[in-house]
Amino acid sequence: MNSLTNYLVLVEVRPRADVADPAGATVERSLPALGFDGITQVRVGKAIRFLVRATSRDEAKLKAERLADTFLANPVIEEAEVSVLSPES
Amino acid sequence: MRRIGVVVFPGTNCEFDTVTAIERCGGQPELVWHDRRSLAAMDALVLPGGFSYGDYLRPGAIARFSPVMSAVRSFADSGGPVLGICNGFQVLTEAGMLPGALQKNIGLKFICRTVTIRVETTRTPVTRKAMQSMELSLPINHFEGNYTCDSNTLERLRNEERIVLRYVDNPNGSMDSIAGICNEAGNVVGIMPHPERAVDHLLGLEDGEIIFRSLLDTTIGH
Repeated sequence: MNSLTNYLVLVEVRPRADVADPAGATVERSLPALGFDGITQVRVGKAIRFLVRATSRDEAKLKAERLADTFLANPVIEEAEVSVLSPES
Repeated sequence: MRRIGVVVFPGTNCEFDTVTAIERCGGQPELVWHDRRSLAAMDALVLPGGFSYGDYLRPGAIARFSPVMSAVRSFADSGGPVLGICNGFQVLTEAGMLPGALQKNIGLKFICRTVTIRVETTRTPVTRKAMQSMELSLPINHFEGNYTCDSNTLERLRNEERIVLRYVDNPNGSMDSIAGICNEAGNVVGIMPHPERAVDHLLGLEDGEIIFRSLLDTTIGH
């Protein structure tokens, strides 16, 4: 039986490694002045959470990945990582 | 009189300056709301600047899905001239009608000032009345104007003479100082500077006129 479940999905969008990240660089530069030492490679992105109604965890992930690749991230400058956090009842 | 459609999304804010600039240059502007599905009667289109859909997610990311965008795409596919200014440029890259993307400025500053722009090719609908290497004083007004693309795309843009405008003194970290590019066919152009704010000597700048005069000239025969 294919019952539908709401899966909680987290999409993390970050600037691609080969693309400059002015926000990350600015945050990193400000850290020593605030007393935080030894923190490097700061990258600033976005976290987007939503529920996906699907018949399985795999289907939910696939749907979310398609959404991430076509809309939530711009592949020219960003990459997206999709995690299915939990089924919601 | 040439009819120039000025496409308005929720959050667009340069449409009236654009309308005034087109009128001053002898064209007949018409505001086109984002839900319109046919643009057949137009001779050219301008996607003006602003903050379409609040710039949510990324500038231009949501505008790309507006009903009007499929009409804009068909218009461009049939050879119609399309000019995207600032946010309009961002919309055209998000829609895949121009390559690359516009990233946050290096230094993370919103930049609003007049800069010197060099015309790199006169083979586009918006530079045909300009001269090669001519320098224009035009205002820029953006946070995300830092043009980025992969190295193959950059190579193609250079080899195919598709870099339309460059900054003389790169203000935002743009790759190869790019301020404007065009598509393969040359009829779709995106630029970061605002020519519509530079058409009145009483306001200090008039170098933007040549962009609109070129566009109006191009529409003849389309």
